[in-house]
Amino acid sequence: MTEPSGLDSARPPVVERSRDLGRLADGEWHRLHPATPLLKGGIALIAILGVIIVNLRDVLINIVIEGGPGDEYDPFVWIIEHDYAGLIVLAIVGGLLLFIAGFYVSWRMHTFRITDEQVEVRSGILFRTNRRGRLDRIQGINIVRPFLARLVGAARLEISVAGQDANVQLAYLGSAAADELRREILLLASGTVSAGSTTGDRAEPRSASAIVGDLLAPELPADAAPPESVVQMHLGRLIGSLVLSGFTIFLLAVIGAFIWVTVTTREYFFLFGFVPAIIGMGSYYVSKFTKSLRYSIASTPDGIRVGFGLLSTSNETLPPGRIHAVEVTQPLFWRPTGWWEIKINRASHSSAKGAAGQANTTILPVGNLADVRKVLELVLPGLIDPESIALLERGLTSKGGDDGFTNSPKRARVIRWFSVRRNGFAIVPGAVLLRRGAIWRTLVVVPAARMQSVALHQGPILRRLRLAGLRLHTVAGPVMPYLGAIDADTAVTAFGDISATAVESAISDTSHRWRTA
Amino acid sequence: MRLELQQAEWKRVSPKYVVVDLVGNLIFAVVVVGATTIPAFVTHNIFWWALPASLAVVFIIALALTPRRVRAMGYQLRDDDLVFRKGLMFQRFVAVPYGRMQLVDINRGPLDRAVGLSELKFVTAAASSGVTIPGLPEADAEELRDRLVALAESRRAGL
Repeated sequence: MTEPSGLDSARPPVVERSRDLGRLADGEWHRLHPATPLLKGGIALIAILGVIIVNLRDVLINIVIEGGPGDEYDPFVWIIEHDYAGLIVLAIVGGLLLFIAGFYVSWRMHTFRITDEQVEVRSGILFRTNRRGRLDRIQGINIVRPFLARLVGAARLEISVAGQDANVQLAYLGSAAADELRREILLLASGTVSAGSTTGDRAEPRSASAIVGDLLAPELPADAAPPESVVQMHLGRLIGSLVLSGFTIFLLAVIGAFIWVTVTTREYFFLFGFVPAIIGMGSYYVSKFTKSLRYSIASTPDGIRVGFGLLSTSNETLPPGRIHAVEVTQPLFWRPTGWWEIKINRASHSSAKGAAGQANTTILPVGNLADVRKVLELVLPGLIDPESIALLERGLTSKGGDDGFTNSPKRARVIRWFSVRRNGFAIVPGAVLLRRGAIWRTLVVVPAARMQSVALHQGPILRRLRLAGLRLHTVAGPVMPYLGAIDADTAVTAFGDISATAVESAISDTSHRWRTA
Repeated sequence: MRLELQQAEWKRVSPKYVVVDLVGNLIFAVVVVGATTIPAFVTHNIFWWALPASLAVVFIIALALTPRRVRAMGYQLRDDDLVFRKGLMFQRFVAVPYGRMQLVDINRGPLDRAVGLSELKFVTAAASSGVTIPGLPEADAEELRDRLVALAESRRAGL
């Protein structure tokens, strides 16, 4: 259905989405889900009304019980005493109507379209904005379903491109429509031309890679079926990982300090001091727990899909080649249980939070070695040959020595007390592996095609020991790819090798159009 | 023993940059030393002079090393990347592939302008790359920028 709107007759008509049309990525302008105004601002309105009603209730109780409105400094009391009640109700209703009208108009003005090249969003009543994102620059597509939006079957689609505050948000869409739109955007971004595309003229009806895509998923069209998660989050493991986290240790230390102070000073009043702290910390555990509980990670033809959340869910697709660095770490207290955590660096910063409140950079909150292996296979598709897998595993669990990594020489023991045998690097085709730490074990993998630059450095202490440090530069994130205290000559050679690998990989890399190999 | 790359022919920055660096650091040193004398004047305690005095010694050593530090800076344009080096005490080498350069800046401070020098700054998607080549003659800087932009264009890669 198209209708020339009175508000914006100069603009091209907006196509209302209808069931039989079905496609949102057809190059026409579309509107968002009709419940959008309610979800975006209506909640605040209801909250304000709620506050007013709660306050009124106090006044009413006062009137009934004490026969008079009581406290005369209360604004409600003042209103009632001066017989302004009718006027106020009128003002509230008027304000509400204006509010609703405003939201309705803003919803009408908020339109988007997806063409073969870019996604474009127009919004605003007085201050118009128009944001366009190029599809081949997409760093990830996130579908977030806040709890309230889930109730009305809506979802927020967030298309992240590289850079701070550089996301194109479509809030809100129908839940099914969001999933479908993501599939279509990824299909367009991947370099294949959508099979049902009506826009643009194409020389061949089906590109070769589209057929390849169909072959990869024989029964169903590419990722129409919900992909199976390769890692299952166990309840016990999640609770255990939270209990054994560094935060718990910190918490115990704080509580211990409080108790010690209380006992020594006999001022029991100190105990009340940490009631709010306990509440805050409890909420940290609860939010981390509920967010990680329904964690899932799956492989789709258009990249990795990571899901989080119990009440409010987020489900993000990271196309291939959008991961700039991977870090597998094992905090000390996870060692007896053999658990690991995986974090990544990425160029975009989604506004939705991931498991631990970071910007969706924790890709595996907790998992055993088998889980780590599966996740690494997904995030590092270039390192799936048996040799590389064995190397990755040695990078995690090996005690060091002659195991494929070039480690620090013995004289580095002065500054790497425990980890001197494990502190090393390995260069494989397409990636650089850095291994650090014997107590807090860390393995960092940087895909060479994503590396921005390489640095070699040496300070006075390292020079005395004939050592040097290496640093690989990637986009900003929680992963710091550095390695200190390696033999100076080895480091110089590695510096040359790594910079050569980076150049080669960048030239042969085609992941920005991942289906057109 | 200092770090040195194999088969390296470094292009050095202009010797005139010594003057720029010296004057800039001198001004900074005078301001800092001056500011740290305030407690000594206020309290009339002779021990407070230790602070500006020790700072002055550090600054004098740093200033004396300026010519060597400037000589230690260098860059080379390899086939596919630019390598920049700097530092005497804390040496640093950075290799940036041309295709990774997002933009090139030319900056000229007042001291730079007085002696006709420019500073070239390369920005990649990684904030930590931080390659800034100071002390290039103006014509060289512009030629180098144009060349780097052309190289970056011919080797354009994604993020």
